[in-house]
Amino acid sequence: MFGAGGGTSSYQEIEETDVILLWGSNAREAHPIFFHHLLKGVDNGARMYCVDPRYTSSARFADVWAGIDVGTDIALANGIGREIIHAGLANQEFIAHATQGYDAYAASVEPFTPDAVAAVCGIPAEAVVEMAHAYATAESAQILWTLGITEHHNAVDNVLSLCNLALLTGHVGRWGSGLVPLRGQNNVQGGGDMGAIPNKFPGFAGVDDPDHRARFEAVYGRPLNPVPGWHLTLMFEAMERGDLRALYVIGENPADSEADVVHARAQLEGLDILVVQDILMTRTAEMADVVLPASVAWAESNGTVTSSERRVQRVRPAVSPPGQARHDIDILCDMAEAMGAELGPRDPQEAWDELRSLSAMHGGMAWDRLEAAGGLQWPCPDEDHPGSAFLHGWLWADDLEGHDPAPFSVLEHEGPTEELSGEFPLRLTTGRALDSYNTGVQSGKYDSPLRFAGLDMNPLDAAALGIADGDRVRVSSPRGSVEMNARLVSSLPSGLAFTTLHNPELIDVNVLTNPDWDPKSGTAEFKAAAVRVELVEAPETAGASVG
Amino acid sequence: MADLHFGDDQPTDAERAAVDAVVPENNAATVAETERLVRGGRSRRQGLRHILLPVLHSLQHEIGWISPGGLNCAAERLGVPPAEAYGVATFYELLRTTDPGHRDDVVHVCVDPACSLAGGGELRASLDAGGAKVHASPCLGQCERAPAQFVQGVGRPDQVPADNEEDFRLPQAGDPRLRVLRRTGVVDPISLDSYREHGGYQALARAIEMGPDGVIAAISEAGLSGRGGAAFPTGIKWRAVADEPGPDKHVVANCDESEPGTFKDRIVCEHDPFSIVESMTIAGLATGAVHGWIYIRGEYPRATARLESAIAQARAAGLLGDGVSGRGQHFDIELRRGAGAYICGEETALFNSIEGFRGEPRNKPPFPTTHGLFSQPTAINNPETLINVLDIVLDGPDAYRSVGTERSPGTRLFCLSGRVAVPGLYEVPFGTTLGELLDLAGGPVGSLAAVLLGGAAGVFVGPDALDMPLTLEDAREAGATLGSGVVTVFDESVDMESVVVRIAEFFRDESCGQCVPCRVGTQRQHEVLVELQGSGQSLSPQRAELIDDMALAMVDASICGLGHTAASAVRSALALGLIGNSQ
Amino acid sequence: MSSVATETAVTIRVDDQEVAVPEGATILDACNAAGVDTPTICYGPTLTPVNVCRVCVVELDGSRALVPSCSRPAEEGMVVHTDSERVRHSRKMVLEFLATGVDLTQADELGQWAEHYGADPDRYVPGGETMNEPVRVQDNLYIRDYDKCVLCYRCVEACGDDAQHTYAISVAGRGFGARISTEFDVALPESACVYCGNCVAVCPTNALQFKTEFDLREADDWRPEDQTVTQTVCSYCGVGCNLELHVQDNQIVKCTSPDDHDVTQGNLCIKGRFGWNYV
Repeated sequence: MFGAGGGTSSYQEIEETDVILLWGSNAREAHPIFFHHLLKGVDNGARMYCVDPRYTSSARFADVWAGIDVGTDIALANGIGREIIHAGLANQEFIAHATQGYDAYAASVEPFTPDAVAAVCGIPAEAVVEMAHAYATAESAQILWTLGITEHHNAVDNVLSLCNLALLTGHVGRWGSGLVPLRGQNNVQGGGDMGAIPNKFPGFAGVDDPDHRARFEAVYGRPLNPVPGWHLTLMFEAMERGDLRALYVIGENPADSEADVVHARAQLEGLDILVVQDILMTRTAEMADVVLPASVAWAESNGTVTSSERRVQRVRPAVSPPGQARHDIDILCDMAEAMGAELGPRDPQEAWDELRSLSAMHGGMAWDRLEAAGGLQWPCPDEDHPGSAFLHGWLWADDLEGHDPAPFSVLEHEGPTEELSGEFPLRLTTGRALDSYNTGVQSGKYDSPLRFAGLDMNPLDAAALGIADGDRVRVSSPRGSVEMNARLVSSLPSGLAFTTLHNPELIDVNVLTNPDWDPKSGTAEFKAAAVRVELVEAPETAGASVG
Repeated sequence: MADLHFGDDQPTDAERAAVDAVVPENNAATVAETERLVRGGRSRRQGLRHILLPVLHSLQHEIGWISPGGLNCAAERLGVPPAEAYGVATFYELLRTTDPGHRDDVVHVCVDPACSLAGGGELRASLDAGGAKVHASPCLGQCERAPAQFVQGVGRPDQVPADNEEDFRLPQAGDPRLRVLRRTGVVDPISLDSYREHGGYQALARAIEMGPDGVIAAISEAGLSGRGGAAFPTGIKWRAVADEPGPDKHVVANCDESEPGTFKDRIVCEHDPFSIVESMTIAGLATGAVHGWIYIRGEYPRATARLESAIAQARAAGLLGDGVSGRGQHFDIELRRGAGAYICGEETALFNSIEGFRGEPRNKPPFPTTHGLFSQPTAINNPETLINVLDIVLDGPDAYRSVGTERSPGTRLFCLSGRVAVPGLYEVPFGTTLGELLDLAGGPVGSLAAVLLGGAAGVFVGPDALDMPLTLEDAREAGATLGSGVVTVFDESVDMESVVVRIAEFFRDESCGQCVPCRVGTQRQHEVLVELQGSGQSLSPQRAELIDDMALAMVDASICGLGHTAASAVRSALALGLIGNSQ
Repeated sequence: MSSVATETAVTIRVDDQEVAVPEGATILDACNAAGVDTPTICYGPTLTPVNVCRVCVVELDGSRALVPSCSRPAEEGMVVHTDSERVRHSRKMVLEFLATGVDLTQADELGQWAEHYGADPDRYVPGGETMNEPVRVQDNLYIRDYDKCVLCYRCVEACGDDAQHTYAISVAGRGFGARISTEFDVALPESACVYCGNCVAVCPTNALQFKTEFDLREADDWRPEDQTVTQTVCSYCGVGCNLELHVQDNQIVKCTSPDDHDVTQGNLCIKGRFGWNYV
């Protein structure tokens, strides 16, 4: 966004906001407890708008659901921006004070009239106008998103298109207003904060910045590589080129979770050595040359995780790890020692104190403060600092506290890279269900009465293909075919099909998904594949639905 | 606002039509304007919730029960979770949630004291023998023409057979001393012109001249108190609502009388409906409320029809709606039917019932004057109270106070039933003695054993109470209550044990079940009395203590008046020796 | 965090103590501040008071009936008696009433209060009505044993307005026949239930029980005294819900969430509540 990567707002703020724009997120199922806070906001009178290709369980709580075509988010965001400008609702004072690039932005959104947006996105023009007016005239408003925005080949542009709306209206940097990406894992925020990304040290210090590097080298006692590394997608490209021959995978299951997974598995199989450190025998672990059993971070280890509201909280061991499973930190340190390196403290508290000495935004988070119930939100620079409820308050400061004005972005609508065709006429999108998590490695182990594995289809689409509820169908994309059971869902727009990613052992959905990826984030376009659906057999003999 | 989840049960076409008749599809809680645009949300759902009971009524009436498919249809249309809709449907006696297996009308026959004395049991047996679908019912509000029956129609209108045969019993009709009942039996109840010819709408004109403060001052000076049972000063209530800001305030006429032995609301609503509409309009003017509601018992089809007709005629004549009488503020009235629940006569339970929730009373405070219907300021009054307002406005407080006593000015309606020569509705000045009132009705039949004052929630008094002046203060001093004006007379031939057991059973059946003291206390009280009944034993000291212990807990710790009064008739019967002695 | 300054305080008298509490606090809050222990059943710190159980009633000067301390706001100058004859009587009767119709064997706290107030459920007419409901075991996550249900409404509130907004259950019926129920008592898997278990978390009598606890109890192997409780953070999404893992013999046996953590306020989703058994 415009600074460190993190949701700008606290959960408590959504309870007090006036307009909620939930965009490409089914938080009701993917972030249920955050949704409790959202519902308090709605109960307190907030109006809620939901933009999503599917009429999700979240959308059912909305005042207005707009079911856009998959991958047309930038067109809609630009259209909303244009309408705000044309209606005279842009916050010109804020724009002049805290932003740059407005004129170019305003010119760029000019073609996105409500009618033009309606044609691109497949929603009525008045919905564009209504959302624009509601968002711009609200006292406070939040835009929230998840993978519906980011699992596209132009993920970062999608995010920036939403940031533009906040800059246009001043809905950022103050209590109740903000831009909130909801994180999918308990420490995806913390992982980035801690430097588990290819180009940053902890605290978002760039590896290519000599000053930052010097600080870290001083503490780590050795020179550090100044060249940003590869993210996962680049690693797979490197594997394909033969540049990457050895892979050490910790707590990730790319053999199931990568888009175009058949291709990904082939790359993993071609490695000289694959080491997997995990808590369970994932499909990736089954392919590995060496498996290092690890303890369960949140139930068997000491440490911290950081949530979507930048809150650092303690995890603690409740049970002891089984068999030969060991804590990740011990495995890593031993591995390093075997290679002749000393990684530093193994004690979680000592490691944390080292981190605090290097990452200013964590500086005030003493271990005993974290111990106290509740955790602390970064930035928290010193021990008297209470933590920060929201980010970017500087946008409203007289002198911007020394920051450069926040930039508008000029963004073009592209749409999904894989266009629908006669051969592949349906749009397949993927997502999560309430009772399951990612590739189901963990969540598949409990007995959920809600579990469903299959393909959701519009009844009219199904009827045209001779498919009835419960029929076995074959779903094919340019990359492969997968069989599953069909479920007819009347609220799903025609032309759209949906399945979750949770049951790869039953439905190898990533055989189908589109690997085209965003060069800025490395994320693949999981959300938009072109597919064909065909009837396989009658339900009497159809295969399993789980649970 | 809910995860709306509906099972596989689909409505039949008839069920869908029954729902459509009340809420058309284009007014549903969620509407798909296109395949890609759905409107819904909290405010739409909230705006529809109060239509739940009318929709359930419609299903019950057209289908004969509320099936899973019908309930799903209603719930989906209104955006109400099915479990909540089921909770509401199962709250009411007149709504069925099990398949009756037939589409016959259901004949409700009263089993409460006045009707039992008048052969209710025999009537039930003979109807049953004739193949009718008979349902034992608590008091149906026709005690003056007992035994009472009410025919709940399936696919055709509800009926009260007595409405066809005999009009109603108003022994004093035409008596010039009548005030509240002056027009009853005289005016044509379905003609606004006739109402006007008998002085109708003069009070509203006068009230507009007096202004809100003038009206409230007059009512306060007149000393008008509520006639529903609690006798709260009406002027104070109206003042409190008038002092609340904003126009979203409510006037509610509580015509849900269900106290066994009470039938006065039925008679005035049937025979002088315009007076209720006019007095509510004055209440709206005085309190600044723009929303009027009439909540009437589901067992009163004729009163319902006449009130609906009066509302429609008044609206057509510009006496309701925008600019009432061309000068007043906006005021209009919606009518809601109850569905068989005594507790819904309790004001806060009544609010919940209108709002589409279970008719469970709310804890007070906060009081209705600040947090009433839809949690907005509300003046809720009994019809008798409202009609009194007309005379006070027209004639002034002094004239009003010219009858009655200093602390209980004006007149009072009494519902006489049981062993009395001429049962019926009577109006007498406060201060008339119980004996004089009975004499007015031709005196007791047989040898007087006891009088139940105030209904099931009241107390028994013995023959020694005949000299008691019927005033609020004298009743209080005697440990009795006038309540809603019930006077049920019993002679020595009556099996008082069964009367008292029935009263205990009534409270057990009518407890909403919300608070522990009442839910369990009414059950256990009934069990103790059943054990006693026919045992031939005197009440043991342990049982007497238990009854007292339960009574004290119900009085002290129940949420509402039902629990507070559930033991009073029982204990007075014991104190008078009507039950509990083996001899 | 925005902290709301409590500038105004009200002072009330609880028995023989003056207590100052913030405006908006209840009489129960004042009792707690005064160190006066008060029995509660339907009250929950994260729930809107429904004041239906009436066990927390106190005597308030100037009020004819007793008042529920859990919901009555404290007002300046109130004089409250928590141990008067009338209070003791009503509390005893509520506990006695419940014990006559409900299986309170797993409601330890209620049992202690019943003893404290001298409740004697045996003095009633033999063979009186009871809840008389079969145990509903309809899935592998939690069970409903309405023989143990005191109709406190807490599960209904947690499922509905106060947290989950799912409304899978409601109170149905009336009077002594009132029951917590899905629509037409359909089995949970056919209802709107999303298995968050937030109802189980607030149940005061164990009428709602996690299946793991139910099975261990059936096997006579439920040993709370041998259990540890560890607070950690759920791994199933980025919201950061705090979990309390209850562990017996190095096995997680149930999962709750702290009421006083402002992210969850005691609530979880199906994954956090039940998704731990791979550990």
